[in-house]
Amino acid sequence: MKTVSKAVLASFIAAMAAPVGAETLRWARAGDALTLDPHAQNEGPTHTVRHQMYEPLIIRDTTGAFEPALATEWGPKADDPNVWVFKLREGVTFHDGAAFTAEDVVFSFERAQQPNSDMKELIGSITEVRAVDDLTVEIVTDGPNPILPSNLTNLFMMDKGWAEANNTVNVQDFEGGEITYATTNANGTGPYTLVSREPDVKTVMAKNEAYWGIDQFPLEVTEIVYTPIQNAATRVAAMLSGEVDFLQDMPVQDLERVNAVEGLTVKKAPQNRVIFFGLNMGADDIEADDVDGANPLADVRVRKAMSMAINRDAIQQVVMRGQSIPAGMIAPPFVNGWTAEMDAESSTDIEGAKALLAEAGYGDGFSIRLDCPNDRYINDEAICQAAVGMLGQIGITVNLDAKPKAQHFPLITEGQTDFYMLGWGVPTYDSEYIFNFLVHGREDSIGTWNGTGFDNDELDAKIESLASNTDLDARNADIADIWRVVQDEALYIPIHHQVLNWGMSETFGIEVDPEDQPKVKYITVN
Amino acid sequence: MLAFIIRRVGQSLLVLMIVGLVAFSMFRFVGDPIDNMLGQERTIEDVERLRGQLGLDQPFVVQYYRFLEGAVQGNFGVSYRQGRPVADIIFERAPATLELAAVSGILAVLFGIGLGVFTAIRRDGIAANVIMATSLIGVSLPTFLIGILLIYLFSVELGWLPSFGRGETVRLGGWWTTGFLTESGLRALILPSITLGLYQMTLIMRLVRSEMLEVLRQDYIRFARARGIRERVVNFRHALKNTMVPVVTVIGLQLGSIIAFAIITETVFQWPGVGLLFINAIQFVDIPVMAAYLMLISVMFVGINLLVDILYVFIDPRLRIDSSGGK
Repeated sequence: MKTVSKAVLASFIAAMAAPVGAETLRWARAGDALTLDPHAQNEGPTHTVRHQMYEPLIIRDTTGAFEPALATEWGPKADDPNVWVFKLREGVTFHDGAAFTAEDVVFSFERAQQPNSDMKELIGSITEVRAVDDLTVEIVTDGPNPILPSNLTNLFMMDKGWAEANNTVNVQDFEGGEITYATTNANGTGPYTLVSREPDVKTVMAKNEAYWGIDQFPLEVTEIVYTPIQNAATRVAAMLSGEVDFLQDMPVQDLERVNAVEGLTVKKAPQNRVIFFGLNMGADDIEADDVDGANPLADVRVRKAMSMAINRDAIQQVVMRGQSIPAGMIAPPFVNGWTAEMDAESSTDIEGAKALLAEAGYGDGFSIRLDCPNDRYINDEAICQAAVGMLGQIGITVNLDAKPKAQHFPLITEGQTDFYMLGWGVPTYDSEYIFNFLVHGREDSIGTWNGTGFDNDELDAKIESLASNTDLDARNADIADIWRVVQDEALYIPIHHQVLNWGMSETFGIEVDPEDQPKVKYITVN
Repeated sequence: MLAFIIRRVGQSLLVLMIVGLVAFSMFRFVGDPIDNMLGQERTIEDVERLRGQLGLDQPFVVQYYRFLEGAVQGNFGVSYRQGRPVADIIFERAPATLELAAVSGILAVLFGIGLGVFTAIRRDGIAANVIMATSLIGVSLPTFLIGILLIYLFSVELGWLPSFGRGETVRLGGWWTTGFLTESGLRALILPSITLGLYQMTLIMRLVRSEMLEVLRQDYIRFARARGIRERVVNFRHALKNTMVPVVTVIGLQLGSIIAFAIITETVFQWPGVGLLFINAIQFVDIPVMAAYLMLISVMFVGINLLVDILYVFIDPRLRIDSSGGK
């Protein structure tokens, strides 16, 4: 019996060492793409799968910098600040052989602006897209829009003819349960073509031999087998047993385990996501505390004291096992407007925090409820538990209420929490995006995630002016000014930047992408 | 007789209605699906529009009524997460769960009865005692732990069997997919079906053993032995046959729990069945899928119980007299 098992084991190891078919990438993560329709859902894992088959005009490389994809050059039109001109790549074909032209770009933008599209908010400033010639497109916005290209990196191009022939000119009505040809089929210009797809089970893609960039990118993976594995322990087991070559959504506690296995490695990089606490400073009295008739959080000294009580290094070492970067501002490090100085502004000082609280008249402390998600961010509930103990040191009794994200987020958007955890990623890599959602006073379509009650009309006007300020130096100066206010007001208590961990077989050369969106065309095979 | 059946069917329908009502009253506590459906860039307008469109602004009783209205016409709504009709998704996932449940059930019955008889006959033997002691593990360890232990041992350490998924499947007819016809499909079935069937197996084994011990003490077994009938014939023809009545009842009832318990096993092994679908639905607050799944499971349990009740009437004449006694 023993010899039999050894023989089986040996043959298995041999099979592992000589990778099956050599260039198949077996890739797993927690969730699946929700649909293949390029414009129906604006969601991370969905974009990631599409990026292998469809392409936008511009993509970001692993440092977050722009890289030409279907557009080779772009810039504002010389005589009209409201227009952006995009030069398209020549000789590009869709998977079905049709040529990619300006007409397809116009069609794709118009499709992405339809009511059912989930991408329409990102391109809300666009009033017209017109084809100048076969390889030139002009995009007209309702005013100067200096950061338009940042909003286009997940906006995929479709073939007009294919969409018309297959009756998918309209975006799938996702909520209405419509299934169109584009939901389950893909015809992009991307480096991989769709072979088969079973939602939530398996998606297989093959190398596109006619890809325009076939000589420019490694493209050494010839087949992708993408399988969502929901349970974290099973996901890691699949990697340890050699059934998966590449793993996203690695549980922090298993990093060392995977790293210790010969042939496997874990690579990490800062993620485009910052974790922080929000404080309701705007209300006259808040419900979640034990102070009657007053809101302790309205006093900036209390907010600063709370921030000083948080020991970010301890959270990094104990809760996150080193897998985080302590933060001093609520912008991820790649974002325009982030500075190393501001990101180092948080410090731990228990005595100073106590003194500040006493000065504010809360020397005896108070009690408050902290709302926290328990299935959204890495170790989210554990971070909140740590914060409970730290705030307790300065006399603030925190009652932790941790819930699934589906229950937690409505509390913030509907203003039912006074002290909450939130994480934020910045797809545009520009501070304006943060200000629009988290700093601007709450209105119907702006400030929607600002649960702090902070509402400063002067600052709001400044934030709104960013959208059309084409003088980039003046714009950056405004951004710095706004950040100064956010920092001085202690609007949020920054905790840390998340770190992404990707587990992989050493056979594959994979660089971690800060947006958690691997693009397989960059992957090399040793 | 007919009146009895009609009354039982009526009661079953009532139970179903109440299960649905309780389920719908609970959904609001699972969270707000809108939050998962729209990205972080959504506006308040978008949220209100979608909420109105899905009828989530209505009281739960109204939502329930709408669900029932659709359900009786075979329309279970549209999944919020996948944007596809729920009935299609459930049909697509059902073969995986049914195949897993069937294999687990067969394993549980075969090994349960076999080991039960063995431990009853050799009740003082070392092997029987070892089996009895280890069977405690099956009863007391939670399913997910057994699953993870099996994955650790057979996939990670030994590398013999796959740790997740269903392997290659073959399409049969319009919508049935089977893993029985490929090697990877069969290999993928081994660990999940053991995990799922272990509890039922130990349950059946312990039941068979105690019933068997009871029967073996009976006079007619002694007489059979005294008559010089061969031991095997005594054990299997005379003793086992008489232990089977309660065992069959339990097996029937356990069939439902195998399908319902599959939720945990399917999550651990990423088995693409309806249980995994349900777990995904809870996390996403996919109300149509949750509602359809809960109704389906309750229809199944209520149906099995109804069938058992009716069968009892046929088997036990006393029930028949009682039920028509009012005439």
